[in-house]
Amino acid sequence: MSSGKTIRVLAQILAVLLAMVYLVPIYMTLITSLKAPAEINVMTAWALPSKAHWASYGVAWERFAPNLQNSFVLAISATLLSAIMGSLNGYVLSKYRIPGGKVALPLIVFGMFIPYQSVLVPLFRFMQQTRLYGGLPGLILVHVVYGLPITTLLFRSFYQEIPDELVDASSIDGAGFWGIFRHLILPLSGPPFLVVCIWQFTQIWNEFLFAVTLTKPSSQPITVALANLAGGQAVSWNLPMAGSVLAALPTTIVYVLLGRYFVRGLLAGALKG
Amino acid sequence: MHTRREHLAAIVTILPSIILLGIFVYGFIANSIYMSTTDWGQTAAMSLDPQIESVGLDNYRDLFTGFLNVRFRQDLVNMFFFTLLFVGLSLLVGLVLATIIDQLFWGETFFRTVFLYPMSLSMVVTGTIWRWILQPRGGINVLPTLIGLPPGKFLWLSSRDQRLVFDWSHLLHYACWVLLVVLAISAYSQWRQGKKGRLAWHLVICGVLAGLIASRVLTRLRLLPYPEMHGFNDALWGVVIAAVWQMSGYTMALYLAGLRTIPSELREAARVDGGSELQIYRYVDLPLLKPITASAIVILGHIALKIFDLIFAISSPDHYPTSMPAVTMFLKAFRGNELAVGSAIGVILFFIVSLLIVPYLIVSFRREE
Repeated sequence: MSSGKTIRVLAQILAVLLAMVYLVPIYMTLITSLKAPAEINVMTAWALPSKAHWASYGVAWERFAPNLQNSFVLAISATLLSAIMGSLNGYVLSKYRIPGGKVALPLIVFGMFIPYQSVLVPLFRFMQQTRLYGGLPGLILVHVVYGLPITTLLFRSFYQEIPDELVDASSIDGAGFWGIFRHLILPLSGPPFLVVCIWQFTQIWNEFLFAVTLTKPSSQPITVALANLAGGQAVSWNLPMAGSVLAALPTTIVYVLLGRYFVRGLLAGALKG
Repeated sequence: MHTRREHLAAIVTILPSIILLGIFVYGFIANSIYMSTTDWGQTAAMSLDPQIESVGLDNYRDLFTGFLNVRFRQDLVNMFFFTLLFVGLSLLVGLVLATIIDQLFWGETFFRTVFLYPMSLSMVVTGTIWRWILQPRGGINVLPTLIGLPPGKFLWLSSRDQRLVFDWSHLLHYACWVLLVVLAISAYSQWRQGKKGRLAWHLVICGVLAGLIASRVLTRLRLLPYPEMHGFNDALWGVVIAAVWQMSGYTMALYLAGLRTIPSELREAARVDGGSELQIYRYVDLPLLKPITASAIVILGHIALKIFDLIFAISSPDHYPTSMPAVTMFLKAFRGNELAVGSAIGVILFFIVSLLIVPYLIVSFRREE
């Protein structure tokens, strides 16, 4: 028993040390964002700012507000649409035997693993031909479609745990396809909706490849704007750091408040089967 | 139990998703494959009704052996080493974190939250932050000066040094070596599990590979008319560190969930039999975590193979030492208007990722039935 105790004390100490290491980038981001440009110097990079200089956040906000707004519109609408469609697909695939249903799911799920580079050129051309290229509606469509595999998969796993007997009972009571969905499935869908929405919101908010290839500057989400800013060499580092904080804030809030559901989405995505 | 009407409703409900995914996934992949066999690019790239001609597999041959595409070949080498290091270190660090957290007296939720937090960030944010920390004369390199030591000199992202340098024209020879090592490891595990039939097959293939290597046939079969050296770029270390920081919380969460499902009776029984804590960890816990390692390798592996945003933000798409195929694809297709070549790189990535994903999906869905 005593050897077990020593191990646990050691683990506790290690956990504290490792947590400090993991928080180093966060510390560096915060202190750099709060320094006046003149104070940013590689030799004092680790020192706290002499005085909190909030002006960088003002500048970053002014610069990124339109992009943040784009990201919110994009992430919220694409999340809701892909969640609703995923919920319906999950309902169909878990409760109905449709022709080809057995192969449909693996074929759908495969879509979330493909490298998007392998569809990017035809997608780009498709967007141009349908005049969806450059704007937010096109990007929303793309995120909805490529979000369908994961949302369908997650909802299907949740709905499979609803006993088929319940569905049959409602069916005997005269409820049809939509009746069962509305009165049986939907009332039980709260937690899965939360898990799926948190997952999708985080993914879409953080996404970069589609955003950088399919939007014009006025519709660019925050990730593209941040990458463009940080890519410029002349910029002093307080601004990219303040921008990083702004870009990270929404997903951070979601993560801190609803982390439990975030982890559930994470595990459900990998531990299936 | 459902009537025909309801079945029809079900089919009609799922149909839009099937059609959309059919077009956006399978249709577009097919189109990329077709486009990669054409000369679509340059002036034709701009027109909506381009005049394009078939060139067969020329784009692929060019990428692997063409004089001008040396960057793409280094990309592949970078991708190989990055995937190896990123997946290996993420598994290791995640396992260590999960093991530590499993033992804690207090603060489990806090530590779990801290280690997993980077997962919720965009790779662009991660890249921007680490780009600052890994500056040649700043961040990590000035850390030693805080305790009076000389500053670090390592160029985390911009080093031009290469290790494990090899000649691309002997690629097949080295590929044989890699395959041989992988198969030998696999053969060893078959032997330990007592699967005689599979073991025999492994040994036969290992023998053939060893014969090929010994005969040096492959070194005489040169891919290029001149030697072209590639290797592991030291500059990749910066990318690996940032990526492991971001994703190790994910493996931690997977392993922790696994550790929590191990019944305590199992450990208790081992303890009664006189097993030490370390032995229990080694002989009870670790073997039960193997299936988790397998899925984590697939998930992390496919992320590593298509890594793009992190590279874009941490260095720059034009920074040669940390470039990857996904980045070069973007540059070729969307900056250089070489749409056919870009498609070809996309298709190559697709096949590499499929090698990893398709067996995984088949096994997962079979097990479910």
